[in-house]
Amino acid sequence: MGRLKQLLTASMMYTTRETMLEIKNLTVDVGNRRVLRDVSLEVPDGSTSVLFGPNGSGKSSLLNTIMGLSNYKVVSGQILLNGEDITNLPVHERAQRGIGLMSQRPPNLVGVQLKDMLRATSKGARDPKELAGVLDMERFLERDVNVGFSGGEIKRSELLQLAAQNPCLYLLDEPESGVDLQSIEKVGTMIHDLITGGITCAGKRAVEGKSALVITHTGQILDFIEADRGYVLCDGAVACSGNPRELLREIRTNGYEECVTCRLVKPT
Amino acid sequence: MSSSEADLRKRAEAALQKKGAYGEDLDLSRYREGERDLPQASKLDELSDAVQEAMLRSGVVPSEEGREGSMVVIDNTMVARSVMGEGYELLDTREAMRRHAWLKDYSWKLVQPDADKYTASTYLSDATGYFIRALPGQHVKLPIQTCMLVGKERSAQMVHNIIVVEEGASLEVVTGCVSQRGVEAAIHMGISEFYVKKNAKLTFTMIHNWAEQVGVRPRTGILVEDGGAYVNNYIILKKVKTVQTFPTAQLVGKGSVAEFNTVAVAQPGAELDLGSRAVLSGPGSRAEIISRSITTGGSVINRGTLVGNAPDIKAHLECRGLILGNHGVNIAIPELEARVPDVEMTHEASLGKIARDQVEYIMSRGLTEDEAVGMIVRGFLEVGIRNIPEELKAEIDKTIAQAELAKG
Repeated sequence: MGRLKQLLTASMMYTTRETMLEIKNLTVDVGNRRVLRDVSLEVPDGSTSVLFGPNGSGKSSLLNTIMGLSNYKVVSGQILLNGEDITNLPVHERAQRGIGLMSQRPPNLVGVQLKDMLRATSKGARDPKELAGVLDMERFLERDVNVGFSGGEIKRSELLQLAAQNPCLYLLDEPESGVDLQSIEKVGTMIHDLITGGITCAGKRAVEGKSALVITHTGQILDFIEADRGYVLCDGAVACSGNPRELLREIRTNGYEECVTCRLVKPT
Repeated sequence: MSSSEADLRKRAEAALQKKGAYGEDLDLSRYREGERDLPQASKLDELSDAVQEAMLRSGVVPSEEGREGSMVVIDNTMVARSVMGEGYELLDTREAMRRHAWLKDYSWKLVQPDADKYTASTYLSDATGYFIRALPGQHVKLPIQTCMLVGKERSAQMVHNIIVVEEGASLEVVTGCVSQRGVEAAIHMGISEFYVKKNAKLTFTMIHNWAEQVGVRPRTGILVEDGGAYVNNYIILKKVKTVQTFPTAQLVGKGSVAEFNTVAVAQPGAELDLGSRAVLSGPGSRAEIISRSITTGGSVINRGTLVGNAPDIKAHLECRGLILGNHGVNIAIPELEARVPDVEMTHEASLGKIARDQVEYIMSRGLTEDEAVGMIVRGFLEVGIRNIPEELKAEIDKTIAQAELAKG
């Protein structure tokens, strides 16, 4: 039943939908703390949006809320995936509808080996060994998921899991952080390949490619992926949006303080 | 009868009403002494289908494939014994006592007959059981399997087991303790005395699979000499009324080692009082106690005691418990005792429910909540069974899957 719905949704999205993800006036609390205020943004089909913002501005909270993690209480607003309101769906149903999250700090799963996780995630469709080969992660297959992994190893493990999951919307929380220089090329290329599905034509990518919402601090990941739109989050609210490379250049030159005080550009 | 024997008998008789140190006091008069004259079988697969089915449920292989030898005790009768490999002896304990005069120095030395009513009753019943001896320097390749099966309602099974691993030898024993289908109430009393000589190694794995109204009172003592190593794996996943056990390893030898791994699930209605104790008296000896327990509605107590009596010893205790659902009790009682300064003794204990962030992390890969909990539970128990033989692990995986633990 769920599978059928998933297939129908998947086939619909390439034909009739234009917006993969739509966030409407989203306000979210964690405990007694407000982490998002009236956030609205869109990720069109086959496009990649980037989230900038200082530490604690709500970037990770936004991704975790889209995934449906239970600590993040939606106070008001809506999350639409392919036009469907998923604001109150449980986590696994969101995943089954095509949302895939690369966490910044995923929990340790003691006793659960990475290969078991990959097998379960792909429902047995992918060979864990083959997946791991791409990122030189073979020796991690029999390790417990995330236990004793370095920052970069966590990133690669998350990426393998996403490859096994094959989502249509990638939520990537700082995919480059902690990744050493030797691995960044591999990680970046793999993210690029996953999102584009190997499509090089921009027009075709917009129709057939996957969508992504990517958090980046350094902007380093933009060397590997095509970003179509950028948003700056400050204090839980969207302070600015526009061309991601222009935003990055501005942030690099003037820092985030400009974005906070700037009244010129308001989100669409 | 020698005077010391008469003395022991007297002490045992005086202890027939003596309650155990832990656990519910069981009324032995409600049970009948198990059959002592059941028909013999020349091979395990000649035993009845019901018996074979029960064996399989406790990790005992009726075909004896991958086993060096086997012994099956039903109620209080040894019904089958087979010795295939070499380098060891496998006998009914009573027969072994007749053949080896020296064995009296090993019998009832690590467990006292007057410890409680269960040891006293077993002592006075002149119990059957297995005697296994690995000959000096012999490495017995495959495991020897024994099965203690209760076949009759209201039976009181009493067994006395002795294992001796001679100098430089190694031995693996797998024992399944199980009640036949149809048996609801019964009691099992098992006295076990294990001797691990100089530079010898014994790996002992016990799987319990009883019925809803069965009471279980094992009493186990282990002695490890210089350079010897003892590994104890205990697994109980299915229903039972009450189990109370507290095996004690005396590490008297220099550099001797003991390792206890326990994996337990307390089903609704069960009371498990499980402990492991290592007394480190040999300089440089080491001990590790690891337990993983889950309650799905029953009560489970995990006791762990480490006693450091000698310099340069190292001992660690790790006890983790999960509470699934809203009923059930999980109690961890770690105890460290140091009597000399040069010791390194540590413990970790934790109890709780499954962490929500772990469940949601797995769910975020598209698995349902039940599937996610199942994965975490299997992983949780996995640490406790990491060192047990591969083929048993597969069996345990199956049991965990069938136990429907995911129903948090």
